[in-house]
Amino acid sequence: MTALVPDRYTLAFRLYPYAKSPDQDAATPVRHGAVIVGGGPVGLAMALDLGRRGVPVLLLDDHEGAGLGSRALCFAKRTLEICDRLGAAGPMLEKGVQWNLGKVFHDDRLLYEFNLLPEGGHAFPAFINLQQPWFEKFLHDAIVQVRAEGAPIELRGKNRVDAVNVADDHVTLDILTPDGPYRLEADWLIACDGARSPVRGMLGLSFDGRVFEDNFLIADVKMKADFPTERWFWFEPHFKSGDSALLHKQPDDIWRIDFQLGWNIDRAKELEPENIRRRVDAMLGPDVEYELDWCSIYTFQCRRMEKFRHGRVLFAGDSAHQVSPFGARGANSGIQDVDNLGWKLALVLEGLAPESLLDSYDAERVHGADENILNSTRATDFITPKTPVSKLFRNAVLRLAEHLPFARTMVNSGRLSVPCTYDGSVLNGPDHPDMPARTRPGSVCPDAPLAGGWLLRQLGPGFRLLTIDSEAPEVLSAHGLTVPCLALAATPELTARYLGTAKGAVYLIRPDQHVAARWDRFDETAVAEALARAIGKV
Amino acid sequence: MLITTPNLTRPDESYAALIATHEGLSEAESHALNARLILILMNHIGDHAVLAEAMRLARDPGAQAKFSETVPNGPKSA
Repeated sequence: MTALVPDRYTLAFRLYPYAKSPDQDAATPVRHGAVIVGGGPVGLAMALDLGRRGVPVLLLDDHEGAGLGSRALCFAKRTLEICDRLGAAGPMLEKGVQWNLGKVFHDDRLLYEFNLLPEGGHAFPAFINLQQPWFEKFLHDAIVQVRAEGAPIELRGKNRVDAVNVADDHVTLDILTPDGPYRLEADWLIACDGARSPVRGMLGLSFDGRVFEDNFLIADVKMKADFPTERWFWFEPHFKSGDSALLHKQPDDIWRIDFQLGWNIDRAKELEPENIRRRVDAMLGPDVEYELDWCSIYTFQCRRMEKFRHGRVLFAGDSAHQVSPFGARGANSGIQDVDNLGWKLALVLEGLAPESLLDSYDAERVHGADENILNSTRATDFITPKTPVSKLFRNAVLRLAEHLPFARTMVNSGRLSVPCTYDGSVLNGPDHPDMPARTRPGSVCPDAPLAGGWLLRQLGPGFRLLTIDSEAPEVLSAHGLTVPCLALAATPELTARYLGTAKGAVYLIRPDQHVAARWDRFDETAVAEALARAIGKV
Repeated sequence: MLITTPNLTRPDESYAALIATHEGLSEAESHALNARLILILMNHIGDHAVLAEAMRLARDPGAQAKFSETVPNGPKSA
């Protein structure tokens, strides 16, 4: 029976086994509010976010869990903060490997080291390395937990969407299961079905961008080596295993090694274990014992959809935008899509915000995708120069970097993912000139230590007023929303990150922890107007 | 603002030093040296707007010359 919906890949964790739903025997298609297609990191996070907001959500996946392979691997601080809001960050932090030190080599020379340690006073580290199936499993664990507490989340494995029909006010889905086909309807469809997005294909939407003519081999090796927990990147490595190479650590004594192989390769031949071993041996030396855990060859493109919203269909994660892996901007940006979309869709479904609020999802996340594509394209052009003169300058930068710190600022082996600031967003309200630029409207709130906890954990799931050395009512009610106030006294971190040279500060903070507006004192009319703007009512 | 009026304190010495720096180098080595020299000078200048203007001028020297002719006291010759 399961042959009707064959597996396309092997599972690392079977999380949501197929079970027949009453919907499959319904006489007429059952209507759901929000339906997600795809159970990867983005789809699971989306289901978790909506479910925690009390929005009934149904996730459909053609598999029954997380696929094998370390894949995404690097999860950034912002992702961990979002997962913390979703109740999933604890186990990620516990299982993941934290790293701060990076080393850059050219040929056989160490050019320099860099420390990734962010400024102090943040709950989460700059990055953790965690295999993608574990990231998905921890999101799923959090779903199981909130579902037990009543969150309306349903996951259906072995439910493959084969056709999508978009009407003005709903979407009809034809789904194939081991028990045969059925049909259902969705008020809103969120396509989190990856870079090859079948939903995007069924809607005939284009996905344009730039192809990079290069192949990268990932070899995950298991070894008891005493390499330090650092990220090592080689340009033109002396061991000749590729035009560039990257080594960093994963949990469970596994190391990720990436080799850049060039364009004209025999894929099948390169994936033969003895050929992979030849490259790994050259890099690690003859005396290191290891076993190959998982290997893959990938090529990549930098591209995005023109729009992420198509009426009642929303695209999030790789289905909407795809970047090169340099800088860890794939899964991390997808989780930021979720962060942006969850509260907006919840408000629209509750009738508290107009549908047009979802156009701001498109505008803000297209802006984020463009920033990610720009950064990852630049890193790719530095790592794999496309012309002789580009290579000449690249190697000149590397030569200087060994001796001159200024040149190190130009070495680009990936600008690691930081959250996007929604400058110019229609949702942004007033700014105040005496406060720091890093917390201007559109910015994500930087964390800060508070007595007995962390700022971001105090913000809660909805809109929030934050005051520093300023008076405001405990709760503001406007536009159908209740906005509680978090009243704080200045600390050195709050002054540096929020107050600046102002005497007092009042921040209106969105449910995704981005700043909507800020003033130096509370004014009910001004705050209510900014709130209206932030939910798309102006 | 990119300086395009004469600004070298010792133009002949600087030019001779530039040529001498390349003495004994192969063409490939000279290209590599030039690249390093450009990067070092870029860092010294620092300001992205000035660098961008210099790059435009290097790509199309005529554009600036036409402009300079219309400016009183602009450079009369290169």
